[in-house]
Amino acid sequence: MTTVVEQESATAAVPQGANREGLIFEHSKKGRRGYRLPALDVPERSDLLSPSLMRDEIANEVEVSEVDVIRHFTRLSKLNVSIDAGLYPLGSCTMKHNPRLNEELARTPGFALSHPLQADHQVQGNLELLWHIEQTLKEIFGMPRVTLQPVAGAHGELTGILMIHKALAKSGNARKFILIPDSAHGTNPASAAFAGYEVKELKSNSRGTLDLHLLEQHVDEDVAALMITVPNTLGVFETEIRKMAEILHRKGAYLYCDGANLNAFVGIARPGDMGIDLIHSNLHKTFSTPHGGGGPGAGPVGVSERLVPFLPTPTVERRDDGSFYLDDDHPDSIGRMRAFNGNFNVLVRALTYMRSMGPDGLRRIAQIAVLNANYIRARLKGTYHLPYDAPSLHEVVFSDKNQTPHEVHTLDIAKRLMDYGFHPPTIYFPLIVAGALMIEPTESEPKEELDAFCDAMLAIARECEERPELVRSAPHTTPVRRLDEARAARQPVLRWQPRSD
Amino acid sequence: MTLPDPLQDQHRYIPNASEDVREMLGVIGVDSIDRLFETIPGDVKLDRMLDIPGPWSEIESRRWFRELAARNKTAADHLSFLGGGAYAHYQPACVDQLLLRAEFLTSYTPYQPEVSQGTLQSIFEYQTHQCMLTGLDVANASLYDGSTALCEAVLLADRVVKNRTKVIIARSMHPQYTATVRTYVQNLGYEIVEVGWTKEGRIDLQALKRACTPDVFAVAIQSPNFLGVLEDYDAIGAVTNGAVKIAVIAEATSLGIVSPPGKHGFEICVGEGQAWGVPTQFGGPYVGFMVVKEALKRHMPGRLVGQTVDVDGRRAFVLTLATREQHIRRGKATSNICTNEALIALAANMYLSLMGKEGLREVAWQSMQKAAYLRDRLLASGKVTLPFSGAVYNEFVIRTSFPAAEILADLEHEQILGGIPLAQFYAGHENDFLVAVTELHTREHLDRYVGVLSAAIARERR
Repeated sequence: MTTVVEQESATAAVPQGANREGLIFEHSKKGRRGYRLPALDVPERSDLLSPSLMRDEIANEVEVSEVDVIRHFTRLSKLNVSIDAGLYPLGSCTMKHNPRLNEELARTPGFALSHPLQADHQVQGNLELLWHIEQTLKEIFGMPRVTLQPVAGAHGELTGILMIHKALAKSGNARKFILIPDSAHGTNPASAAFAGYEVKELKSNSRGTLDLHLLEQHVDEDVAALMITVPNTLGVFETEIRKMAEILHRKGAYLYCDGANLNAFVGIARPGDMGIDLIHSNLHKTFSTPHGGGGPGAGPVGVSERLVPFLPTPTVERRDDGSFYLDDDHPDSIGRMRAFNGNFNVLVRALTYMRSMGPDGLRRIAQIAVLNANYIRARLKGTYHLPYDAPSLHEVVFSDKNQTPHEVHTLDIAKRLMDYGFHPPTIYFPLIVAGALMIEPTESEPKEELDAFCDAMLAIARECEERPELVRSAPHTTPVRRLDEARAARQPVLRWQPRSD
Repeated sequence: MTLPDPLQDQHRYIPNASEDVREMLGVIGVDSIDRLFETIPGDVKLDRMLDIPGPWSEIESRRWFRELAARNKTAADHLSFLGGGAYAHYQPACVDQLLLRAEFLTSYTPYQPEVSQGTLQSIFEYQTHQCMLTGLDVANASLYDGSTALCEAVLLADRVVKNRTKVIIARSMHPQYTATVRTYVQNLGYEIVEVGWTKEGRIDLQALKRACTPDVFAVAIQSPNFLGVLEDYDAIGAVTNGAVKIAVIAEATSLGIVSPPGKHGFEICVGEGQAWGVPTQFGGPYVGFMVVKEALKRHMPGRLVGQTVDVDGRRAFVLTLATREQHIRRGKATSNICTNEALIALAANMYLSLMGKEGLREVAWQSMQKAAYLRDRLLASGKVTLPFSGAVYNEFVIRTSFPAAEILADLEHEQILGGIPLAQFYAGHENDFLVAVTELHTREHLDRYVGVLSAAIARERR
């Protein structure tokens, strides 16, 4: 980091309209065109649709040239920051490098042009690829089967809880409750409720982890499962995880692991060896498929032996002759979680990454991710308040407690980081930390980038004391400054409308 | 057991080398990386390396993956007529090139609007296109795909219409969509009622009317339906008895020519946006869309982008109405969707912008005309029948006197992926298969299809 932004507001020097790109609809001009199709080479029939089935022209749809489109989206792209441009330390999101080989191979015509309803014998390459990724995830998880159908982490959670419900229902009692620690991701209670359960929240202890005796108190024949994140959202490993599994299993309940934080221990320890019954892995986190501004993802779920009969259909199976097929014949299955075969081309990218890393590389991911997070922790501890002092793995959670006396809060610090060229960490999460700043650097960051980030954080801490208004009014150098979010919610404008003149 | 020290083998995706590691350990105040993992108990630590292939160089990976891809028989080297919810349309070159821009590809969900205006503005534009195309008022930022979008629509209807327990789904809905709904709602106490079709291939209105009892909260139909036939929205709306009407669009380009559900009183339109220039890629990633009437906006699942201003009064965009979402509402959220299909929605926005008002109509017009040409030629050949007489867009069912699997195998010998056998979805349709045509087919392709199919049938007759 070379320059520290000093100006109170950069906007005074910026001419009105600079940095801003109009909506594509505002670029529209009658008669412009961005495509050409070959001339229609069959006789035209005018009697195909009755007037009631035919639409009028698509009112106000755009008319733009290819140049307009390229310029528009290139300009829009420049309003985003991205992992390719630098550290993007969103805690729990694992913003790591996205290798371009993954993109290249996903575009191989044999994959990209294959159709989801082709007969099995026509898509042996795809089915073999799915089989290989399942084998690889089985080994990484230490579990006997993995479904590749879920297309996001939350989708994986729903899949997992539906399986638990079905398994318990089959043994006579689907039960009522899912236990979830108060440090959990919001998707956990949402998925549990969606699958038909009530949620009981368990309070974390002073280390930020779950107490065994508290768990023991709450687990009875009405409890279906505990959903827990390992390591938890503070980055702290649940040291008693095996005993938790025993407590649950004794009462016939299941242990579900939110695998969002797998990057902390991939290749070092395996969920299956911890007694975990189900884990979903966000392939767009640990296995590097690009986040794409919010998706697509993939959320395969690994399960223990007891849950195998309840996996979604279809599964991918290998015959003795080495050929592969999609198998719908699982009478106890929860059913299909989505049309077709999951986010296949996200899976291609993830398997490419797993092969690029190999066993050594996957282990090294966890080692360097944890090293990088602990380096940030060591450099910022003291200046920023560490609400939970327990040793953490791949992420570290600070709070704004040292800055609030200057009336500067987490949101201000996050916004000020943008002026220093960094995307902010995850903020105000986990909910058990007031004013949380949740930092996850991943293994992708070189020491220099970590130092630049820490230098920026330390400089901001000084600014909080010396020039708090500068921080409170940040950001100053971004394409837009702080937004009126209340207005967006109070008077929602959710689409462009043509002027009515 | 001592494991090999992976730090000795530098990896190309991980910058820090041993000198960095030493310095950093010094600042942390420990003497080895292993010390940082002491909170993981020894009895759950893996005492060996994972038994998986790799690490591979790019050269090795290209070789292996390309060899695998080459084992598929696809539209890359066959003439394909496959549809059934995934369609091969023209993909403008600049869409994929623009998608590869790192600022789009490698950014996260736009939670920090000051540094995410590119993504946010694009979603706002995408939402606008969806509204224009469907004739409805409010669109979300995307859902996983068409099938899960239907699930979310059913759940939305349930939130709006209280104390009713039945949902009607047309039997001509994409069967995998209906199956996904069954999975999603299995613990919610709903009854799913299927209503069949007439000989035109449209939903049986008499049966629908009888099924629309006061305990029905939603009616979901697909148009063009899984048989390719276009439904009559107005006729359906006349018998639904106060239930929420959900229209599913599995072939999104049809909206370029077919009257949109919003114009006919449907409250919710959901669908699959893959046909807007997204590769079929074995089923995903695709992009589910949902557009609803204004009155339903606060029940909408998923992310929404809204327009506002910044402190300097400049127009800007932001995720809004988040109080519906799981990261705020947790166990009371309207949906558990978090990660969605933003990049594919961006691709759709680019495609829709590039094709524009004229192009969307022309793609639809050509697809429909070419499908009609193929239908006419097949009928003229006298070798096949068309079991459903209703108007279609670009897809229809062919019936021969022979098992579809045998006929399609014959076509495959001639490098033609000739259709999707219906028997896997509907018992009693062993001789039927579904054929889709798009603007990519030439007259020569269509003539060749007729010729090869006629020859195959002639062979079977001998």
